Amino acid sequence: MKAAHYLRAMQGIIARELWRFLRQRERFIAALVRPLVWLFIFAAGFRAALGIAIIPPYETYIMYEVYITPGLIGMIQLFNGMQSSLSMVYDREMGSMRTLLVSPLPRWFLLTSKLLAGTAVSILQVYTFLLIAWFYDVEAPLAGYLTLLPALILSGLMLGALGMLLSSVIKQLENFAGVMNFVIFPMFFMSTALYPLWKIEESSELLFNLAQYNPFSQAVEFARFALYQQFNGEACLYTAAALVIFLSLAILGYNPSKGMMKRKGGG
Amino acid sequence: MKQAKKLLGAFVLYSFFSTSWADTVFITLEKDNALAIVDGKAGKLIKTVKLGQRPRGIMLSADGSKLYVAASDDDTIQVIDSNSYSIVGELPSGEDPETFDLSPDGTRLYVSNEDDDLVTVIDTVNQKVVKEIAVGVEPEGIATSPDGKWVVNSSETTNMIHWIDTESLDIVENTLVDQRPRAVKFTADSKQLWVTSEVGGVLSVLDAKTQQAVKKLTFKIRGVTAEQIQPVGIAIDQAGRWGYVALGPANRVAVIDAKKLEIVDYLLVGQRVWNLAFSPDQSRLYTTNGVSNDVSIINTENHKVLKSVAVGRYPWGVAVK
Repeated sequence: MKAAHYLRAMQGIIARELWRFLRQRERFIAALVRPLVWLFIFAAGFRAALGIAIIPPYETYIMYEVYITPGLIGMIQLFNGMQSSLSMVYDREMGSMRTLLVSPLPRWFLLTSKLLAGTAVSILQVYTFLLIAWFYDVEAPLAGYLTLLPALILSGLMLGALGMLLSSVIKQLENFAGVMNFVIFPMFFMSTALYPLWKIEESSELLFNLAQYNPFSQAVEFARFALYQQFNGEACLYTAAALVIFLSLAILGYNPSKGMMKRKGGG
Repeated sequence: MKQAKKLLGAFVLYSFFSTSWADTVFITLEKDNALAIVDGKAGKLIKTVKLGQRPRGIMLSADGSKLYVAASDDDTIQVIDSNSYSIVGELPSGEDPETFDLSPDGTRLYVSNEDDDLVTVIDTVNQKVVKEIAVGVEPEGIATSPDGKWVVNSSETTNMIHWIDTESLDIVENTLVDQRPRAVKFTADSKQLWVTSEVGGVLSVLDAKTQQAVKKLTFKIRGVTAEQIQPVGIAIDQAGRWGYVALGPANRVAVIDAKKLEIVDYLLVGQRVWNLAFSPDQSRLYTTNGVSNDVSIINTENHKVLKSVAVGRYPWGVAVK
């Protein structure tokens, strides 16, 4: 196998995912509407909720809209990661997954390419969302939009890997409702996406600890700092570690001889 | 090529000087009985110096070498060296001085004495009281016109602006304004006087010729009750382009188009924003936030709040060198 083969396969997978996303206009709009509803409607009710404290990376008082924007970026990537996992279950049911997995290229490479493809889609969504938010006076320093990109790649991969891991254990498409209830909601609400840690600490020590060690919180914080041209080393390390763990388990899960697919009777 | 080199040289020189001349921001801390000194460009607290009791009003002398601070509970105006930060003298101010203003040439200081319903005129050279002028109940804001013609004083309870002629030192005219007038400020051309009414929630713009209101602006902020909007400190830029009004417990500074006399924006700052002061080049505006104990720094070019810096308890007045 030459590098060119790898590259062509990766290109094919990413192009297919982007093409699929752009063709499904409803999906594109739905992916945008979700965070925008939160920004325009939910945040509007809490405008002054944070007017009393300054927390890094912010250097002055901010409106709630400004605070939850990185959280909503995380939300886009979380849903996208789960959506990719949903599409993988669908692919598996339709048989196109088999086509992909019988390719002579190593499975880990194919799965990582699939992850990258999902991340590319999520980044497209995030920047479109940020553009709309910009017109709503949620502005970060211009260079911040650039420094955000590496953070988006890492967090997109991590959340995608989580989705992939879940897709390796979900047998049927119908089970996706369970993912909503048991993964997306707890992860999103038990995080720093909607409220800062000190606010959570005020209400419950347990919630505070859960939110602090939630990989989604770390991904959101990594993006929050990056958007303001600051590097949060701890959040970066934590997100990267979560990516390695989720991806390894997902690769293991998709291995027919060792993984969960065998136990479930294959894809 | 030569020209390019010259330009580059000029740029290097400019950047050297523009970065080496940092704003020194002086803030009186009403509760800490101290003066906080902040590097305005870096947004960092440099030092805190002990002052008299309950320091409030603060101003730089005309040459910038001295600071005058009203130590309200010590019934005096303290004179501070603006370089060494040491107290070098005192001026007789009368009882409970709160706010004051200097004449354009710096030789006279006009102080409002809230408890005695007086405006005290002090000669800064001889350090003597020239005159005590009886005014309305609870005198508060005081301002001299840049052309040197007027001193105006607002009395909080009488809801009046008293126009004092600087030659005779007598009140020659009174203007009735909305409830609880606080700050007063002349435009740089001395043609207009801006007055904030704390309880009325209004900014009145008076014509200095007729002493009558030409416009009244009412503030409205989404999600903030009318009671919380209490206009206080005023700053108007030298060019007469922008004006700024601190809105107290609304935690906002209103940005006003000074030409059209229209409110264009509200900027979120710390809690109970009280007084305002420009940097010498007017590219930044500093606000004292009395309840959140910090100073917010506003970029006046794009009207964005850059930073809020913790300074100490109850920041009240601000002056910038």
